Amino acid sequence: MSCKETRELIHGYADAELDLVKSLEIEDHLKSCHDCTQTYEGIRSLRSVVSRGALRFEPPATLEKRLRTALRKESKPNRGTWLLRWRWLVAGASLAGAAVVIWAVVAIIARPSAEDLQAREIVASHVRSLMADHLTDVPSSDQHTVKPWFDGKLDFSPPVKDLRPQGFVLTGGRLDYIGNRPVAALVYQRRQHSINLFVWPSAEATAMSEKASVRQGYNLIRWFNSGMTYWAVSDLNLAELQQFVQLLQE
Amino acid sequence: MPDEIRTVRFEETVLPHLAAAYNLARWLVHNEHDAEDLVQEAYLRAFKFFSGYHGGDSRAWLLTIVRNTCYTWLQQNRALRLIDPIDDKLEEVGSDFADPETLLLQDADSQLVRQALEELPVEFREIVVMREMEGLAYKEIANIVDIPIGTVMSRLARGRKRLQALLVDRLGKEVQIEL
Repeated sequence: MSCKETRELIHGYADAELDLVKSLEIEDHLKSCHDCTQTYEGIRSLRSVVSRGALRFEPPATLEKRLRTALRKESKPNRGTWLLRWRWLVAGASLAGAAVVIWAVVAIIARPSAEDLQAREIVASHVRSLMADHLTDVPSSDQHTVKPWFDGKLDFSPPVKDLRPQGFVLTGGRLDYIGNRPVAALVYQRRQHSINLFVWPSAEATAMSEKASVRQGYNLIRWFNSGMTYWAVSDLNLAELQQFVQLLQE
Repeated sequence: MPDEIRTVRFEETVLPHLAAAYNLARWLVHNEHDAEDLVQEAYLRAFKFFSGYHGGDSRAWLLTIVRNTCYTWLQQNRALRLIDPIDDKLEEVGSDFADPETLLLQDADSQLVRQALEELPVEFREIVVMREMEGLAYKEIANIVDIPIGTVMSRLARGRKRLQALLVDRLGKEVQIEL
């Protein structure tokens, strides 16, 4: 990245608003460019000065009370019309209540298990990562590059293992989103097959045995280990995927 | 009473953002009494539109209304320069941040920084306030101000640069006087 491009994006970088690729490019550039580093330090210095708490204006203690009073006053004139609509509301509410009960019963009966939903999400995410050519955010075969990249992006540190000697090449990592939380996705390559390994902190305290399943032609293995949930997914055959999982558990 | 429920729900959703609302208003209009009145006006407006609020980021939603209320007031009460829209190109952002003098900024006391920030044009000031004091993301600011995300970044860049220049200037003077 040139100095000019860096200058254009440096504020986005300082605010952690850039995508990973651009951030890494700027990081690289800063390592070798004294001027741009000075610029960056200048921004950081200014930011720390401005964001010091003392600049914020605190509302007077009376303001909240004043607002509450004003809001109560504001909501009163509507009361008459509300009373007129009251009867209709009651009728509507009981109908709606009945509908909700029916819907809830159906939803409970037809609900897939949490595990099932998660497997579905894992496969979808795996497929998406292959389709959109967005397999990795940090392309690197070096576990010492991949692991630090997750720092500050996740509230946990995923274990990253290089299994190149055993024929599973670490090709990078990316952030993903499973079960309403950000998770780490590590990408390995075995011959022509990509393996996505999803990792996040687990609620399961006990080490449950691993569980393999097949979904849409993909093999999945799920296991828990030292407070983490793991999901490996790939079109690789089950035997080799199991070997991969064993190597990770060692 | 449904009315009561609506009021309580509104209070639970929107009142927690009072500090952010007041801070923004205060930085926009420079004066605490006007800021209080405008925050109240904004809250009443928000209450009126509350049925149109369908979840999502309630802070950004409220700040949009606060900002609009303040801008309307500024246009009526002050000669707000908005006829001449500022040029959002990045050209102005040069290498001036590369000043070793920036290290001196650590010495700037809050009073000095406050004065310098008050002097920034409102288009820059509001974005610096939202970013640095409220910690809003570019996307949220873009929604509130209704400008593209790229423009948020360029205004922030120019705002910071001006602010830095002002501070370096002030600090220089201050140091001279002390000497």
